[in-house]
Amino acid sequence: MPDYNVNHLKQLESEAIYILRETAAQFERPALLFSGGKDSIVMTHLAYKAFWPAKMPFPLLHVDTGHNFPETLVYRDDMVAKLGLDLKVASVQKAIDDGRVVEEKGANASRNVLQIQTLLDALEEGQYDAALGGGRRDEEKARAKERFFSHRDEFGQWDPKNQRPELWNLFNGRMQPGENFRVFPLSNWTEMDVWQYMKYENIVLPSLYYAHERDVVVRNGTILAVSEFVQPRDGEVVEKKQIRFRTMGDATITGAVLSDADTMDKIIDEVAAARETERGNRADDKRSESAMEDRKKAGYF
Amino acid sequence: MSQETSSSAEKGYLDMDMLRFTTAGSVDDGKSTLIGRLLYDSKAIFEDQLDAIERSSKQRGDENMNLALLTDGLKSEREQGITIDVAYRYFATPRRKFIIADTPGHVQYTRNMVTGASTANLAIILVDARKGVIEQTSRHSFIANLLRIQHVVVAVNKMDLVDWSEDRFNEIKEEYTKFASRLDNIVEISFLPISALLGDNVVDTSENMPWFKGPTLLYHLETVYIGPDSNHVDARFPVQWVIRPHSDEYHDFRGYAGRVAGGVFKPGDDVVVMPSGFNAKVKAIHTAEGELDEVFAPLSAAITLDREIDIGRGDMIVKQNNAPEPTQDIDAMICWFSEKPLKPRGKYIIRHTTKETQAVVRDVKYKVDINTLHKVEDDSEFRLNDIGRIVLRTAAPLGADSYKKNRVTGSFVLIDNFTNETVAAGMVR
Repeated sequence: MPDYNVNHLKQLESEAIYILRETAAQFERPALLFSGGKDSIVMTHLAYKAFWPAKMPFPLLHVDTGHNFPETLVYRDDMVAKLGLDLKVASVQKAIDDGRVVEEKGANASRNVLQIQTLLDALEEGQYDAALGGGRRDEEKARAKERFFSHRDEFGQWDPKNQRPELWNLFNGRMQPGENFRVFPLSNWTEMDVWQYMKYENIVLPSLYYAHERDVVVRNGTILAVSEFVQPRDGEVVEKKQIRFRTMGDATITGAVLSDADTMDKIIDEVAAARETERGNRADDKRSESAMEDRKKAGYF
Repeated sequence: MSQETSSSAEKGYLDMDMLRFTTAGSVDDGKSTLIGRLLYDSKAIFEDQLDAIERSSKQRGDENMNLALLTDGLKSEREQGITIDVAYRYFATPRRKFIIADTPGHVQYTRNMVTGASTANLAIILVDARKGVIEQTSRHSFIANLLRIQHVVVAVNKMDLVDWSEDRFNEIKEEYTKFASRLDNIVEISFLPISALLGDNVVDTSENMPWFKGPTLLYHLETVYIGPDSNHVDARFPVQWVIRPHSDEYHDFRGYAGRVAGGVFKPGDDVVVMPSGFNAKVKAIHTAEGELDEVFAPLSAAITLDREIDIGRGDMIVKQNNAPEPTQDIDAMICWFSEKPLKPRGKYIIRHTTKETQAVVRDVKYKVDINTLHKVEDDSEFRLNDIGRIVLRTAAPLGADSYKKNRVTGSFVLIDNFTNETVAAGMVR
C-alpha cells in the first residue's frame, strides 16, 4: 500500500490554493489585500501557485497608511515586477487629504482605524466583491470565530452572531448586490505554520524580519523603530538595539522584539520558544479587550 | 502504531501530520476548561493571553484563573458566559499539529456541532462522572456517527467529584459501550478518566488514579492512528477553474484546476468527464514546481488532457472503470440550519463539490429524535437543528457518491434562493 500521508504544510497549502481558486470562480472581481507583511507575502506566493502558469486573475490591493518602512515598499515593487502583478494602492494619506477620514490626535494617535474607511472606499471604487486577506484564526480571539468566506453587509460590517455555517469544503459566496466578502485562505494556519512554510518554500522576506541593528525607542513597553514617523518624545532615549519584527504594519504601531535571529532557522527556533503572541506588541489590539472584534464589525481586514 | 509516530517525529517539524478533532459538551461539563487545560499544559497559550485572562477573571470576580475564558472569543459570549459559535483552536506538539473545532453542546446548537464535526477525524465526548451517559451524550455521539467521525474519545470528566472511583468509571464505560453498539460508523472508542479542572490525565498522568493504566488524553491524541483521511480508491477530480494562460510560452495550455476529492490520478490514465461522458487520457499533472507522477487526495493540482473537450467548473474528471452513476434523485440525511422551516416541495440551490444547480424537495421520509435516536414519521416539518432523511430531485445530474464512501463527493449544502443563506447540510445515502 503506497504512502498517501500528506504533511501538515502540504495540507494547509492545498487548502489555501483551493480557497483561492474558489474565490476566483465564485466572485466577479476579487482583490488580494497586500500589506507587505509576511502573511500577505505568503498569500501572494500561494496565489501565484494556484493559477500558474497563468497570472493570478485579480490585482493586489495595498491599503497604504503612508507610514511604511522603506524596505517594505522596495520589496513590494520588486515582487510586483518579478511576478508581473497588477498593483492598486489605496492611500490613507489621500483619504485624509480628501477629507474622507480625519487623522486621530493625541499622543497615541494611529492610522490603524483610518484604514477601515480607506479600505471600504477602495473596495467600492474598484467594485471589488471579495477581498482576500491573510488573517488567521490563531491571531486573536475574535478571529477564531471567523469563516473562510466571511460575509459583509452593504456597509462592510461583520455580524459574528449570524455567520453562514461552513461544512466540509463547501463555501457559499452568494450575495445580494452591494454586499461583499472577505476571504481568509490562511484561516487554519498558525504563526509557526507560516514560518515553517516559508522555510519549506524558500520564501525570502523583507530584511526587517531578520535580526538587525536599529535605532529604537521604548514607548509603553513597546519597542518602536525610530523613523520619519516615530521620533523620540521628551524623556525617551534613542538606543541602538539588535531587533527584528514579528509582524509588519504601520510603522508607528508595530513593535519590534529583541532578537539575534538572523536566519529563517533561527527565527523558527525563536517562534517555537516565544511566550508572547505576535500581536502582543501591536498597540492597535491593546486599546480594549474587544478591540479586534469592534474593528472587524466595522469592516476591518 | 507507535512506529508511525516515532518515524514522523524523526522526520522533523517540517513533516508533522495533522489531526482535526471536535469537542462537544454543554455549559457545565467542563469542555472549555478541558480545552483551556490542553492549550495551557501544552504551552500553546502565550503570556500576554494569560495576562488578559487573568485580568478579566479578576474583573468578573472569579476565584481562580478561568481557563474557559480562553475559548470564549466574542463580547456577547463573555457577557453571557456561553459559547455561541464554532471556534477553532490550534496547538502543536513535536508529534502533531492539532485543529480543534470547539462547539457548544445545547440542543439549539446542533447545527454548530454538525459544522464542527464535518471536518473532524476524531471526537472528544465529555461525560460528567456524576451524571453518566445522559441524553446529551447520545446526541453528541449520534452526530459524530452521522458525520462519519471514526474515532471517539469518551472523556469521563470530574473524576475528582466521584472520589476517583474506578467502579464508577467502569459503570459509565459499560453503559456507553452498550449504547454505542448502534453507531455503525464509529470504529474505535477510547475511554479516559480525567479531571480537566485539576489536570489529571489531560497532559500529565494522574496520581489520583493509579488503577488506570491507559494513556493521558494528550498522549492519546498524539499517537492515535487515524490513517489518511481521504478516499484513495475512487478517483474523483471536481474542476474548480480552467487555467488558460494565453501567453506565448503556454499558448495552447488548458489546465483543469482542482483539488483531488478521492483516489489517485497519473499521466496516461483513462478518464471520463462527467456529466458529458467524453473520454480522454490524462496528459500531465501540473503544479508551479513542475509536473507530478501522480496526484492524490487532498492535494491541489492542474490536469491537462490529451484532447480538447469542453470542460468547465462543476464538471468532474473520474476514471473510466470507476465512475459514479450520475443521478438527479438524491436520497440524503440532512441537518436543517435555518430559522425558516424547510418547505415541502420547496426549491433550493444545491452545491455539491464545485457544482451548483437547483433542487426541489420531493419527499420527507422521517426526522430523527436525536435524544432517543427514534425515527419520527408523523411530523414532516424540518425546523432549525432538525435532522432527518429527505429525497431531492435536482435540475442537473450530479456525480454523487455515498457519504460513507467519500466525505467530499457525498456531501452537499442547500442554499436559500432569496436570502442566499446556507440552510441545510446533506449527506448522500
